[in-house]
Amino acid sequence: MSPLSIKLFKRQILTASLILGLGFLSNVTVAQQKSDPQFEKMMKDSFRAQGIAGLDRIDQDATQKFCSDPLYVASPAGAKKAIEIQKLNMSEIAKPSDGKYIGDWKSGEAIAQSGRGATWSDSATTPIGGGCYNCHQIDQKEISYGNIGPSLWNYGKNRGYSQEIITYTWNRINNSKAYNACSNMPRFAHFKLLNEKQIQDLMALLLDPQSPVNQ
Amino acid sequence: MGIAMTFSDSLRQYFFLTLLLIFSRTIYAQSAADDIAKYREMIADGNPSELYEMSGEELWKKPGGPKQVSLEKCDLGLGPGVVDGAAAQLPKYFKDTNRVQDLESRLMTCMEKLQGIPSQSIIDAKFGEGPKKDMDAIVAYVVTHSKGKKINVSTANPKEKAMYEMGKRAFYYEGGPFDFSCASCHGSNGKRIRLQDLPNLTTHDGAVAGWGSWPAYRVSSGQFWTMQQRLNDCFRQQRFPYPIYGSDVTIALSMYMAKNANGGIIQTPGLKR
Repeated sequence: MSPLSIKLFKRQILTASLILGLGFLSNVTVAQQKSDPQFEKMMKDSFRAQGIAGLDRIDQDATQKFCSDPLYVASPAGAKKAIEIQKLNMSEIAKPSDGKYIGDWKSGEAIAQSGRGATWSDSATTPIGGGCYNCHQIDQKEISYGNIGPSLWNYGKNRGYSQEIITYTWNRINNSKAYNACSNMPRFAHFKLLNEKQIQDLMALLLDPQSPVNQ
Repeated sequence: MGIAMTFSDSLRQYFFLTLLLIFSRTIYAQSAADDIAKYREMIADGNPSELYEMSGEELWKKPGGPKQVSLEKCDLGLGPGVVDGAAAQLPKYFKDTNRVQDLESRLMTCMEKLQGIPSQSIIDAKFGEGPKKDMDAIVAYVVTHSKGKKINVSTANPKEKAMYEMGKRAFYYEGGPFDFSCASCHGSNGKRIRLQDLPNLTTHDGAVAGWGSWPAYRVSSGQFWTMQQRLNDCFRQQRFPYPIYGSDVTIALSMYMAKNANGGIIQTPGLKR
């Protein structure tokens, strides 16, 4: 080897190891946030129970803990963990006990409109609404709608009324985290926010061909 | 008596304008933000917060509490008695309490030490009532003296830095039966709940819009709300338990927002829907 080619070879090795090194750096696995005693103490000391809102509401389950750590969620390890979380949430979804998926869209509209319930200023008997319009456009006649979730206008008309769509929608309303581990949508069945009848009525709002949503 | 008449008259006027505003909002969803901006402009020279501010100035200057001492020697971080620009540099670490404090918690320290008013009596009071009503007025007075100034909080002290980091963590902390965190509503741009625009508090501009315009007068409730009350109602809607007034989580979140907003112009007291 001539001195020149040795020099070139050295440079190639250097470049290769640099690239390797950088690769290692970028592949550093992001681990789930460790519990921090100072933070835990702050959370414990900063709240008190009020009405129906007990201190147990600060205790996180696996899904909440995972989704509270956006850096980890966005990492490759987090993507794997998300699948696990989704499976966990999917596993607890029950089919309608009477086999009926579609209820009454008129009641569904009322449930979708109400954002009440489950706060410390509500009582245990305050009916909990779906709060759907807070985040979704649904019937386009209602112009006061939020945009955190996608528009549901013409939901059934656009997607069709197949059993596949019906099951998917049932699952989504029951527990949205079965499809997207950190979906912003509450887990309505998991936390018993809505009962089976109410979910059937919301299903009708989206998937009854007679519903104003599908006109 | 004359003042009381003016007060109720103006409240009636605001109420009427609010109705008008709500009515016009239901007609054009898209122009809701415009309407509010217009409304703000209309009463820019007469933000009802001024009534709170005037009463707050009196409460600051006149002897009060069991010790019958004024708050004029209260150190809000720029030296005893300095009100100008004080709110712009809070939350901040204070040596005498060995704590990072926001405006309300710092005022509680002053009221307890100088005037002999037990902090617990303020913490336990209902919003808008008793000693909290006085607190609201004093807060209105202090924040008016930072209007137009730049938000300028420091995280140079390790305790301030730690508070910021804990605030960030608290911001993303999901819990309760709805799985909500602050980030569920305030973590991305261009989002709304119904017609209410939600500032993205993780960005500089969003934090300026949020942190920089509270405390504010809320037209819908006819009340002046401090940041403590704003955070309290956020947690209520988040379906969390009740955040204790002046507790560390409220100060940590304030630190997170304020630091993200650093350099932005303060527009307090704000005027809100």
